[in-house]
Amino acid sequence: MTGYLLLEGLVKRFDGVLAVDRVSLALERGEMLALLGPSGSGKTTTLRLLAGFEAPDAGRVVVDGEDVTRIEPVARRFGMVFQHYALFSHLDVGQNVAFGLESAGARGDDLRRRVGRALELVDLAGFERRRVGQLSGGQQQRVALARALAPEPRVLLLDEPLSNLDPTLRERTRREIRDLIRRVGITTVLVTHEQDEAFDLGDRVAVLRSGRLEQVGTPDELYGSPASLFVGGFVGRSSMLEVGVVSVGPAGVRVAVDGVEWEVDLAPGRPAPEPGPAVMLVRPESLRLGAVQAGAIPATVSGRRFVGPNALFALDTDGGKVLEVVAPPAAARLGERVGIWPSRRTGGGIHLFQAGPM
Amino acid sequence: MTGRRRGYLLAGALILVLGWLVVYPITLVLLEGVRGPGGWSLHFVRLFFERPTEWRALWGSLWISLASVALAAAVGLPLAFLFSRFDFPGVRVLGTVVALPAVLPPLVGVLAFLFLYGETGFVSLFVQWLFRLEGPAWRLEGAGAVLLVHAYSMYVYFYLFTRAALASLDASLLEAAASLGAGRWRTLRRVVLPHLSPAIAGAALLTFMTSLGSFSAPYIFGGGFRVMTTQIVATRLNGDNELAMVETIALTLLALAALALSRGSHAPHAPATGRKGTAPARVVVRSRSVRGGLAALAWGLAALLLLPHLTLLLVSFVPIGTWTVEPVPPVYTLGNYVTLLEDPVRARPLANSLWMATVATAAAVAVALAAGILSVRRRVPGGRTIESLLALPWAVPGTVFAIAIATAFSVDAPWAGRFILVGTAWILPLAYLVRNLPITSRAILAGFRGLDPSLDEAAATLGAGRWRTLGRVTLPLLRPALLAGASLAFVTAFGDFVTSIMLYTYDTRPVSLEILSSLRQADVGVAAAYGVVLMLVSAAVFAVGAERGSAG
Repeated sequence: MTGYLLLEGLVKRFDGVLAVDRVSLALERGEMLALLGPSGSGKTTTLRLLAGFEAPDAGRVVVDGEDVTRIEPVARRFGMVFQHYALFSHLDVGQNVAFGLESAGARGDDLRRRVGRALELVDLAGFERRRVGQLSGGQQQRVALARALAPEPRVLLLDEPLSNLDPTLRERTRREIRDLIRRVGITTVLVTHEQDEAFDLGDRVAVLRSGRLEQVGTPDELYGSPASLFVGGFVGRSSMLEVGVVSVGPAGVRVAVDGVEWEVDLAPGRPAPEPGPAVMLVRPESLRLGAVQAGAIPATVSGRRFVGPNALFALDTDGGKVLEVVAPPAAARLGERVGIWPSRRTGGGIHLFQAGPM
Repeated sequence: MTGRRRGYLLAGALILVLGWLVVYPITLVLLEGVRGPGGWSLHFVRLFFERPTEWRALWGSLWISLASVALAAAVGLPLAFLFSRFDFPGVRVLGTVVALPAVLPPLVGVLAFLFLYGETGFVSLFVQWLFRLEGPAWRLEGAGAVLLVHAYSMYVYFYLFTRAALASLDASLLEAAASLGAGRWRTLRRVVLPHLSPAIAGAALLTFMTSLGSFSAPYIFGGGFRVMTTQIVATRLNGDNELAMVETIALTLLALAALALSRGSHAPHAPATGRKGTAPARVVVRSRSVRGGLAALAWGLAALLLLPHLTLLLVSFVPIGTWTVEPVPPVYTLGNYVTLLEDPVRARPLANSLWMATVATAAAVAVALAAGILSVRRRVPGGRTIESLLALPWAVPGTVFAIAIATAFSVDAPWAGRFILVGTAWILPLAYLVRNLPITSRAILAGFRGLDPSLDEAAATLGAGRWRTLGRVTLPLLRPALLAGASLAFVTAFGDFVTSIMLYTYDTRPVSLEILSSLRQADVGVAAAYGVVLMLVSAAVFAVGAERGSAG
């Protein structure tokens, strides 16, 4: 593996339970990587292994060619922003930001100048003498960022950076963080369980599940060609159906859904499935709904949610399956009998996976 | 990792030290009690069970403690409701005044009661004059007198605990009850009281344990009424050392049984609601007459409760031998305070108490800090053992600990961890230290638990080593807890009487014993002056603790 920051085969057990299972990742200098996964997926443990708060049972962490696996957090020169910020409430804003600089030996005018610069960076110039308790949540977070960035760390770690903010503030803060980190150009790893956050902040996103890395890729890659059923289901909206693969041809795949046969395109670059039982993952924009007709699955509209120019329909098929379809709001009424069929241009929105446990 | 191994070593060392200070002396007492001149013997245990006086003392301890709980609750609970739930002129000031018995150390409270309700006390003389009686209307002696002092000094537990619980009561709970159609009484019974029950149970346990270990009141007022604490001291004065050990064991068992019983009876249950809500608003009393009545009642109560403090202050200004039959003292002087500061014999106890309490407090804080770092921050194995050892002295009455320490440290056997400390200046600070471990460590461990662990991690990512983190982050943030723990420890040690009376020497005599000897020499002015000093130190320390606690 090559790269500026390398995670090589990291393993961590707690009381015999695998929390992180052979995770390997490589980041280029200045890249932002988001670790995404449900709670218990091992993303926070991975971050703590990076910071040095936990020691891995196997594997290495390498920065710029230096193996830092056994280096204490104190000497690792990784900056971190904690979920609840962990600001020192007995110190003022300036003293908080100065804390790490003082460890590195900065004193006097040099210290003052660098504190000022760090605060300027997060748009809090002149806030040195404020008490931490007087700041809003968003300002506290920016102080935490300034504090972490001031000593010019090699890597920045962000633990659920937006979870503590008001929903209305989140989008704006997300943009600010992204711009700031781009400007500083620091290699960054962030942990989140929010897909939007991961997609918006990460150049690439690593999806974790039960301690294992499921897939790493750009947001487009994860959405358009999920490597597993889990990634497909975790990222974006989708319906999952048990289907039978009838035949595989050059034009596409024939699958049997509720006794109706559909011809579906496959996302490019994926191996063709074996005939037999399979699980089909369908994005709601890849289906059409209309009158009950040949080649369409009969269903009843059980829900309709308005989402702007389109509506999201929930459909109960006669075979007892549940599907979501995006269509113009006027396409159907609640309780109406409709037919469902795949769109001509599925845009890679239909994926077939081997049947079996996820 | 070497850091981890060092943590194990430190934890082991701390467990060893605490075991030596807390468990070892009591174990020695246990062994001495079942040993006769010729080896193992149950002779003294049998003696204990055969003597009716022992049974009476044991029973006396038990019933006086139960009665103290009942009486203290009967005073403290209504007061807590009165001052938390109702609004009338002066409610805030009076609410604080009502907690002031807390600033009287036990012996000083006893002293004040003597001046007020004793044979020649103000109130007694006033009643005698009012009804033109031949002699005093009552004698401040026996179980009744002890109970009175206990109720006065211990209702504060119920008052403070209940007020705190009432303040944490979420107003929306009451609103929910009202919206569900519950009337005032049903709300009180089904919502408010269950919410208060942990606080009330806590206050009851504290009162029971304090009464069980109470020594000053039964010692001074008991007369023919004996409880275990006074019985132990009397037996020891008679020279029946082994019997005293058996008595000590009996009292310890009673205390431990009470503790076990209280643990079993109410399982701690977490409140279902968070602390987000606001405390219910006070009931504004509209009717003018009721409002006036409430205010008058509250002011009257406050005056009654402050009478001991005022009496102490008054008597402290009276020169010796000038006040005999007059209703109020004819002469006032600062002489008693001057004596107390300038007379080298009189000033000695003040200096003694000051340094001994300071040393004991500093040591207790150091031990609690080490325990907090090891058990809460670094979570070393053995952390629970450390915390249990720290809490243990709380369950053991002061007299018992005094005996245990006197037993352990009157023998020169260094290989058995025993040294001759009795008769030296170090025995009292050591005893104070052990007695203070529970309160100090409770405050400081709670402080540690309240700190976000990621603060340490944040400091580490910012390049701060262990010591810089401790000095710049942990200790400053712990300041309120440190102050609270230290101030409680200092006040207890400074005014201590129970352990001191069994371990002091003339050179190390503390303030409390000087009060006792002044009283015996009928030098009430100096005794009162000392009492005022103790009272003011307690008040100052509590005030500082409260202020810093709220600011931090």
